[in-house]
Amino acid sequence: MSTDDGEVRLPERIRDFELVKSVRTPIRLRYDYRPSAAAASYLWAYSERRIVGHRSPVDGAVFIPPRGVDPRFGVATFEEVELPDTGHIGNFCITHLPIPGREGLEVPYVSAWIHLDGASVGFLGLVRGCHTGEVRIGMRVRAVWKPDDELAATAENIMHWEPTGEPDVPISRSGNQAFQGPSQGMS
Amino acid sequence: MTDMTEVQLMVRLLEAARSSIGLEQADIGFTCSGSSDFLAGQAFSFVQTLDAVGAFPPISESHVEMDGAFAFYEAWVKLQIGEIDTALVYSYGKSSPGSIRDVLALQFDPYYVAPLWPPSDAVIALQARQLLEFGIVSLEGLAEIAVRSQRNAVGNPNAVRASSTVTVCDILAEEVVTDPLRPSDLAAEADGGCAVVLATGSRARDLCDRPAWIRGIDHRIDTQALGVRDLSTVPSVVAAAQLAGAMEDRIDLAELHSLSTSQEALLLREIGLGSEIEINPSGGALAGNTLMAAGLMRIAEAADRISKGEADRALAHATSGPCLQQNLICVLEGA
Repeated sequence: MSTDDGEVRLPERIRDFELVKSVRTPIRLRYDYRPSAAAASYLWAYSERRIVGHRSPVDGAVFIPPRGVDPRFGVATFEEVELPDTGHIGNFCITHLPIPGREGLEVPYVSAWIHLDGASVGFLGLVRGCHTGEVRIGMRVRAVWKPDDELAATAENIMHWEPTGEPDVPISRSGNQAFQGPSQGMS
Repeated sequence: MTDMTEVQLMVRLLEAARSSIGLEQADIGFTCSGSSDFLAGQAFSFVQTLDAVGAFPPISESHVEMDGAFAFYEAWVKLQIGEIDTALVYSYGKSSPGSIRDVLALQFDPYYVAPLWPPSDAVIALQARQLLEFGIVSLEGLAEIAVRSQRNAVGNPNAVRASSTVTVCDILAEEVVTDPLRPSDLAAEADGGCAVVLATGSRARDLCDRPAWIRGIDHRIDTQALGVRDLSTVPSVVAAAQLAGAMEDRIDLAELHSLSTSQEALLLREIGLGSEIEINPSGGALAGNTLMAAGLMRIAEAADRISKGEADRALAHATSGPCLQQNLICVLEGA
C-alpha cells in the first residue's frame, strides 16, 4: 500500500510487526542418474581395480574415462581398452585454500591432470606423496587405491596419485595427444 | 524413456540431419542448441553434449537454456547477418532421471511462488479451470482434442501416445488427475531430441529439392506472474502471429506446442485457426512431450510436411514458461 508521496504505509493491523528482512527457500532436486553403457562398464571395472577406456574407431585415440563417443568427430566408440594405473602428470595446480566441508583434504594440495600410459587424454586427480614444489609436468605417477574390500563402482576408488621416482616423460611427449590441431603440438 | 545418455541420443540424430543433405560439421556456419541443465541435473550439461557434434576444430556455437525453437530463432537471426549460409540447430530433453513437476516449479518467482512447489500439471489445470468457467472450452471439446491427437499420432513413429480407436467417451471415462484435467488432457512425457539444418537462398536450393522457407518468425513474452495475467487470453501469441504474418495467407496445417488440450483450444482461438486447417497432424506435444525439444519438433514436423509436398503453407508454434507465457510463431512456405 502506497500513498501519493511514495511512502509505503502498512495496514493498521500489521503496522507493529517486525519487518521481514530475508527469506530462506531451500531448493533440492533429486535425480536417478543412469550412466551410459560405457560409463557403467568403466565403473564396474573400477570396482575390480581395473581401468577401462574406449578406443576411437577413427584414429585409435584412447579416451578415459569413456563416454561412448569420440568428441572430436561425434562418433560412437565401442572398443574397450585396459589401461595400467600408471602414467604421468600433464598439468597441475597447487591450491592453498581449503574446501569448506572437506576437512580430510589438507592444504596445500595438488590437483593434476593424470595421463595414463596408453591414454590420449587425461583426467583430474589428486597428487600426494611428495612436496608440492617437486610436482612437475611429465612426472611419472601411480595410483594409490583404497583397500580391496572398500572398492565400489565409484571414482573414489583411487584416493590419490603418488610419484614413482622413474625418469620424467619429456614435456614434448606429455599431456594431451588427441586434440592436436595444425597450429598445436610441440616438436 | 531411454537408457541412452543425451550424447548418445544426439550422435545419431546430428549425423542423420547433416548427412541427409550431404553436409559435414565443417560445412556448418553456426551451431545452436536448446536444452536445460535442470533436466540433466548437471551444470553446463549442454557442453558435454557437444561431444555429439564433433566440435573439433572449434566451431561457432551458442546455446539457449530453453526449447530448441528459440535456438532456431537465434540461428535464423545469425543467418540474417549474411556472413554464413548454413546453421545446425538441435535440442534434446531427457526428463526421466528427474521430476518434471519439480523442475518446472522452479521457473516461478523464487520468493513467493517457487517455495510452494506448484506442480506443473496443477498450473496448467488452473488455466483450464478458468477457460471452463468462462465457457471458452467444454470437457467434451477438450476430449475431442485429445482424441484428435491420439489418432493423428498413429502415423508418427516418435509418438508415445497414439490410438486409432480412442473415442471422446473413452477420454471422459478416465479419472480426473488434476481437476478438471484427465491423463489424456496432459502431454505424455518422452525422452528425445531433434536436429534441424537451416540454409539461406541458393544454398538451400542446392541442398534440398523443396525447402521449407521461413517466411515469418517472431516471439513475444508475457509477464511471469500468473496473478497479473488474464489466463483466458494469450496476448504474446496474438502479437507473435501478427508480426510473423501468420494470417496473411491461407494456412494448410498448424503444429502447436500445446501441453494440454486446454492450451490447444486456447491457442486455436487466440491465433484464429479455423476447422479447415489441419491441426497437429503429428499428434502434437500431447502425443510425446520432450521437454526442451517439443517446440523445435513442431517446426520440424511442419517443415517436413512442406518438403514432402503435403502442404504449401504451415504455421509452427512453440511455447515456454507457465500457462503459455512466451510464444514463438514460425510461418513456413513451400513455394
